[in-house]
Amino acid sequence: MPIYDLIIIGAGPAGITAGVYAARKKLNFLVITMDIGGQAAWSGDIENYTGYQFITGPELASKFEEHMRKYGIALKENEAAIVLEKSGEVISVKTDKGEYQARSVIIASGKKSRELGVPGEKEFKNRGLTYCATCDGPLFAGKEVSVIGGGNSALDAALQLIKIAKHVYIINNTGQLTGDEIMRQKVEAAGNATVLNNSQVTAVTGDKFVSAVKIKDNSGEKELAVQGVFVEIGLIPNVAFAGKVERNERGEIKIDSANQTNIPGVFAAGDVTDVQEKQIIIAAGEGSKAALSAFRYLARKKF
Amino acid sequence: MRQITLERKVHMAKTVKIYSTPTCPWCIRAKQFLKENNVVFQDVDVSSDKQAADEMMQKTGQMGVPVIDIEGQIIVGFDKEKIKQALGI
Repeated sequence: MPIYDLIIIGAGPAGITAGVYAARKKLNFLVITMDIGGQAAWSGDIENYTGYQFITGPELASKFEEHMRKYGIALKENEAAIVLEKSGEVISVKTDKGEYQARSVIIASGKKSRELGVPGEKEFKNRGLTYCATCDGPLFAGKEVSVIGGGNSALDAALQLIKIAKHVYIINNTGQLTGDEIMRQKVEAAGNATVLNNSQVTAVTGDKFVSAVKIKDNSGEKELAVQGVFVEIGLIPNVAFAGKVERNERGEIKIDSANQTNIPGVFAAGDVTDVQEKQIIIAAGEGSKAALSAFRYLARKKF
Repeated sequence: MRQITLERKVHMAKTVKIYSTPTCPWCIRAKQFLKENNVVFQDVDVSSDKQAADEMMQKTGQMGVPVIDIEGQIIVGFDKEKIKQALGI
């Protein structure tokens, strides 16, 4: 089995940028990922990535991909890391399809959608319930839909759906929406959106497809007829494979200012880490830092 | 030589239809994959074609895109291996 200089797990903004830097440092490395673009690919409109006054998530993701592919990077797509282990100076990464070894690893596996955990969620997934407004939103043209959540991703989803659906109910379990003021104003200005605060979804119901959500609020339990349920209640880090890599109370991988984890040679970057602020541009910057740190580590160890 | 050409033609002749939306990243990747493999396909935009959206939901009992129909064999999502198998590539 060949021993790579570096394995990068994940190909979102952090993983791809790490890949570009590693390629330019002529490292012998491999990228293992489930998808390309990560959460950036699922984002709606992006207006805060320097150099682009306006770009959509899928467009930015494909620009990232194009940039990475220019270097002819060895890429294992649609492959999930299962176990990461270090023995001596060799780090092994087992996946659902194989096993690979390297002297250093960058974990850039990002985050995934948090689930509601209510009856009906699993049964109606892709049958009206979805975690991706960008992908599935257009299928709800002229329908009544609900967005669960009150933060930025919920408001982003709501703003996309306002243009498509007949009516959008935003079901928020706190006293008021927590997303950015500018987005809140846009939602409030739309004629076809209703915000339901202090409301908890207790079940998703329907026959073949979703027909309603059950909601509990201060006045008791009621049913809201909707054909779409967009779950946007936050994210959890993809760290199930990370073994002994130390994490914080939110499950995020702890890193120092050089992206080093508690295990020498294992670095991490982007939304999977405890870095302050989760932004595409920050993830990309962290990816470059992690690659340069890995390069320095390899040089220092004289591998 | 002649036989090889013939076989390739047969493979090309498989009817491939993809139900997609313009914004879904996996749809974009799936179409890219088909193009890279020189597969001729019909692209149906279910965000603008309500009838096609209903047809897709009926065929699959679900609303997720992409859905790829290869000679009646339905593949939900961008499953490269299944697509390869169905196309015989």
